[in-house]
Amino acid sequence: MNIDSIRDGVVIDHITAGRGMRLYELLHLDDLDCSVAIIKNVTSKKMAKKDIIKIDSKTHINMDVIGFVDPQATVNIIRDGELVRKRCIEMPLELTNVIRCMNPRCITTTEQELDHVFRLTDKENKIYRCIYCETKAERKY
Amino acid sequence: MRSVLDIVDLSVDELQELMQTACDIIDNPEKYQEVCRHKKLATLFFEPSTRTRLSFEAAMYELGGNVISVSSANNSSAAKGESVADTAKTVSCYADIIAMRHPKEGAAMVAAAAASIPVINAGDGGHNHPTQTLADLLTIYREKGKMENLTIGLCGDLKFGRTVHSLINAMSRYEGVRFVLISPEELKVPSYVKKDVLQRKRIPYLQTTSLEDVMPQLDILYMTRVQRERFFNEEDYLRLKDSYILTPQKLMTAKKDLAIMHPLPRVNEISVAIDDDPRACYFKQVLNGKYMRMALILKLLKEAGTI
Repeated sequence: MNIDSIRDGVVIDHITAGRGMRLYELLHLDDLDCSVAIIKNVTSKKMAKKDIIKIDSKTHINMDVIGFVDPQATVNIIRDGELVRKRCIEMPLELTNVIRCMNPRCITTTEQELDHVFRLTDKENKIYRCIYCETKAERKY
Repeated sequence: MRSVLDIVDLSVDELQELMQTACDIIDNPEKYQEVCRHKKLATLFFEPSTRTRLSFEAAMYELGGNVISVSSANNSSAAKGESVADTAKTVSCYADIIAMRHPKEGAAMVAAAAASIPVINAGDGGHNHPTQTLADLLTIYREKGKMENLTIGLCGDLKFGRTVHSLINAMSRYEGVRFVLISPEELKVPSYVKKDVLQRKRIPYLQTTSLEDVMPQLDILYMTRVQRERFFNEEDYLRLKDSYILTPQKLMTAKKDLAIMHPLPRVNEISVAIDDDPRACYFKQVLNGKYMRMALILKLLKEAGTI
């Protein structure tokens, strides 16, 4: 399968196979009007299988989202067809308005203006908790 | 502005300081009769609670201060849809300190972030209730004369019981403490409490469904009520509410100096026949709660430079 290389944009590479769509959703890539390609289950020497996302525009990418969903992914910035920067991702200490607290008893369910903030409480097990009610963030993969 | 939302907001040294202040208030009440003169506590109770509200109000009156109060969400601007943050900002204009209870978890944190005066969390849903834990700690301290090397049995609803989670958090900071967790399968301590507190700090604990089996080991027996308001399903509540009822018979094998505690109100989980047993401490706990609330109000007002 051929996907054209991009000239100015972003390639999110080394995404754990199966997490590409979740990243697409949380990065709100459906809001972009440029070309966006999600390539699933690409054969990889390092990972056996991986997903890749290619975005054909100079868009801002929320690195915290990638750090939350898949910290082993890499972000490649492409300018004039050349790789100008390759960024490794770290798990963010705090996530604001990326995911919502699903606890029906949480104050965020009634106070609509509140930011939904999660804090990394266990780095080893990648656990984020709501700062208000301490409910564990749900991971949909 | 310093607020207290969770028991772990207070260090072990601060807990010791609060317990010493509370003991001094007990021994020398006249010294404290006027310390909060012309100061106002706002008790904002958006969920029914007679006991905690009265305790806060009595505490402020005994410090010589005044109280302004919202005792029901229906009578407040919250009923008109005002946010917790706006309520906290408004009340900051009238009072010097806030004690707030709210049915939603994290509400006190939102209030504290918005208020310009100290906020004490008087219970946010099933989440935190630090002043109940302060009452529990002072009771342990006064009954046992120490906080270390104790075997603490927690019995009843250990899943939804916020007082239990708070007490585990607080007591796990003292040396030589061991927990015995007694509950039906459905109401066991949540795994995150075990993992994040007990296992992480390597605190020894035993989980069991039998109160009788472990009774002889206990220095403290902390009974809890199965709370109807924490269940979405009435059938589950009815099935579990009578899981453990403490009777004189069950106490036969207990230590002579066991301290029986309960955050109250009780329904039927401690037989009234035990009330006259010298080991029953639950009404002392109520009184200790008032003294610790006095000590906490004093500490926060001093830190805020209000007194």
